[in-house]
Amino acid sequence: MSNLKPKSNLLASPEARLALIAIVVFVVMSILSPGRFLSVANATSMAFQFPEFAILALAMTVTMLTGGIDLSVVGTSNLSAVFAATLLTQFVDPSLTGGDMFMWLGIAVVAAICVGMLAGLFNGILVAIFGLPPILATLGSGLVFTGLAVALTGGSAVMGFPVGVAWLGNERLFGIPIPLILFVILALIISFVLTRTSFGFKIRMYGANPLAAEFAALDIDKLLIKVYVLSGALSAIAGLLIMSRANSAKADYGSSYLLLAVLIAVLGGVNPYGGYGKIIGVVLAVLSMQFLSSGLNMLQVSNFARELIWGVLLIFVMIVNTQKSFGFGAKKKSSATT
Amino acid sequence: MNTLDSGAKNTLIEMRSIVKNYTGVVALDDVDFSVSEGEAVCLVGENGSGKSTLIKILAGVEQASAGQISIGGKNFDTLTPRIAAAAGVMVIFQDFSLFPNLSVAENIAFSTQLSEERRLFNKGRVRQIAKETLIRVGVDIDLDARVETLPVAHKQLVGICRALASNARLIIMDEPTTALTEREVSSLLEIIRRLKSDGVAVIFVSHKLAEVLEVSEKVVILRNGKKVAEGPASDFDAASLTRNMTGRDVAEGRPNPVDPEAPILLSAKNLGKAGAFEDVSFDLHKGEVLGISGLLGSGRTSLAKALFGLVKADRGTLDLDGEVVDLGNPLAAAAAGIGYVPEDRLTEGLFLTQSIVRNVAIGRLDNHQRGGLLDLNGLWQEATHWIGELKVKTPSVEAPVNSLSGGNQQRVVLARWLSRAPKVLILNGPSVGVDVGSKSEIHNIISELSSSGIGIIVISDDLPELLATCQSILVMKSGRVTDKIFGSDISETDLAQRLAS
Repeated sequence: MSNLKPKSNLLASPEARLALIAIVVFVVMSILSPGRFLSVANATSMAFQFPEFAILALAMTVTMLTGGIDLSVVGTSNLSAVFAATLLTQFVDPSLTGGDMFMWLGIAVVAAICVGMLAGLFNGILVAIFGLPPILATLGSGLVFTGLAVALTGGSAVMGFPVGVAWLGNERLFGIPIPLILFVILALIISFVLTRTSFGFKIRMYGANPLAAEFAALDIDKLLIKVYVLSGALSAIAGLLIMSRANSAKADYGSSYLLLAVLIAVLGGVNPYGGYGKIIGVVLAVLSMQFLSSGLNMLQVSNFARELIWGVLLIFVMIVNTQKSFGFGAKKKSSATT
Repeated sequence: MNTLDSGAKNTLIEMRSIVKNYTGVVALDDVDFSVSEGEAVCLVGENGSGKSTLIKILAGVEQASAGQISIGGKNFDTLTPRIAAAAGVMVIFQDFSLFPNLSVAENIAFSTQLSEERRLFNKGRVRQIAKETLIRVGVDIDLDARVETLPVAHKQLVGICRALASNARLIIMDEPTTALTEREVSSLLEIIRRLKSDGVAVIFVSHKLAEVLEVSEKVVILRNGKKVAEGPASDFDAASLTRNMTGRDVAEGRPNPVDPEAPILLSAKNLGKAGAFEDVSFDLHKGEVLGISGLLGSGRTSLAKALFGLVKADRGTLDLDGEVVDLGNPLAAAAAGIGYVPEDRLTEGLFLTQSIVRNVAIGRLDNHQRGGLLDLNGLWQEATHWIGELKVKTPSVEAPVNSLSGGNQQRVVLARWLSRAPKVLILNGPSVGVDVGSKSEIHNIISELSSSGIGIIVISDDLPELLATCQSILVMKSGRVTDKIFGSDISETDLAQRLAS
């Protein structure tokens, strides 16, 4: 009994369990396909791939910390990207280079992020002012955003951008893929916001007990709106990244990313009932998922089987976290005894 | 005579040498407990004394670490809720555990239907079971009324009926009288007498039990997991119960009179909200403690929430220090200097899974911002200061707040508001769920705060508490203030009559 104790303490935090999972997946994949998984080429290709859904997972994390969820992240990112793409194709000659091109790219980026924030504002108003359950509000708004993107494009891909568009998703800075740099910066910013600002403090406390937050005279409406606006802005950045990598924008890109973003947040130890979660956990979860996904790819597992594995993993992680009575297990218990 | 009597009755429940350990904590230490058929037993103890644990073990919700349990002469090694229920042990919890959306008949017959394992729902049979049970108890409630529309006393009766419908031999009632008027308590006692003559045993679990002593045969008092007293109910009164529960006499004095020169701090004029309260006016002076009392449903809680903006009053005005306070906006109320300590600490007051220091710091975030950044050191220092000031007993301020006892949790909520230097504090049920010892300490805090010039409003139905803390008391009945009493000229019995009449 006593010699078991330190072991269980070591794995008491979801982050520690996750680090273990990431290592196990990495080792297993390295053994299963040694030559290819453990190669520089694979590492680089992974570093280009994961940031887009990892940024969506950051957006998901922020909303989940309040006990909510944002199912419209993919819809938002596509709408923002399509908007930016339409702007570029309508007003800019694809052969444009130099200063003018950068000005237009800047305008497109700002416009996309504004669209993302507006979409987030819409979600925030639905959740905070109208009091809709976030899962339903964002399910609906996600469809609305996708619909708008379809309306804007007629459903086909928008392409024909100036060359600079591809820079964000495909180039490197000091040998490091730019998407990876972007993700690291955003993760640091969000982590900082969550731990060192009063906004982040309030998010956590609201997630832990919304009613007590109301009784403690927090400005809940403002808080929730800000959270969903932040989620919308992050989604828009992910959308720009997808657009740059695909060199086009379309209303239904990245449809598998929604489940993945939820999965990563939960796998990362974010309590879906709110109040607990660390960005480091999300980063570790992103890595495990990317190792898994890229490994399965090399083992030539079909895309459908991959989604099945993700689904099973999501349920498995939730069960493990509940059994550890960490966070949401405790919540369940207290409601059972009252 | 007495011994002969109880010897003639069969023992229904026999718990011997019950021990319960939670990780590192002994919740029950070698407790013997028995109940005979048709006997009513008061199980008394402060919060944390182990009375709830004992009941949970008996109901099969928790497993004893050691000891034997027999029900109706049959020994059980392990009890589960189903086994306990099948053996006739029924618990009626404080919130009655009813289905608010179902009718009275469905609620009463629910467990019976389950235990009969019928696959089809038979409406006629449900009504029949419900009707028979209501007749057995001797009350008349509309079978088709939805439970959520019933008054509290009727909900409790439905709970009792449900237990009876599934052939309860022992009914355990958790805090049975807290929400009842005097008249309702006496009709409850009448029903208990009927049940006892039917051979059904009853256990009352509470920390204020003077009312039920008259129908009880036996009193068992727990303290710190040990049985400290047991005897015929006639040997006990309110004072000796308290002495045994706490291990000391808790005699409380009356509050100091208010300085007659003290300026008016908070002034409510003709506050009203449709369906909740009407035409409420009062003045609160600097350093005054004003009590607001009334039975559950009298509008006292709505009024308290309205003063803090959590409920929007339709009519009237609220002035603090001569400035109008925006109604229906807790942010404005808090900014004006009103603090509110809610009735239900666990769901409304605290962020249970978060640390103690965070629970206090949440009140002062806006004062520790430097260019969007949180000055964590300053915030933590201030919060820790207040935790120390209110003498919250904890090994670490980083411990989650749900590791604290009720009294210490209440101090945490108080610390959060005090750190904001409020002018007016509204305390709704300041000592609900707090043990007798910490209660008087909370009363001391209230009197210290008021002498420092804070105006305090105490909303409570705990009469000794009101008398010990308040200089004047407003009595509410169906949404209106019916009486204003100056605390010094009334006794507890008089006050009780004015409340419940």
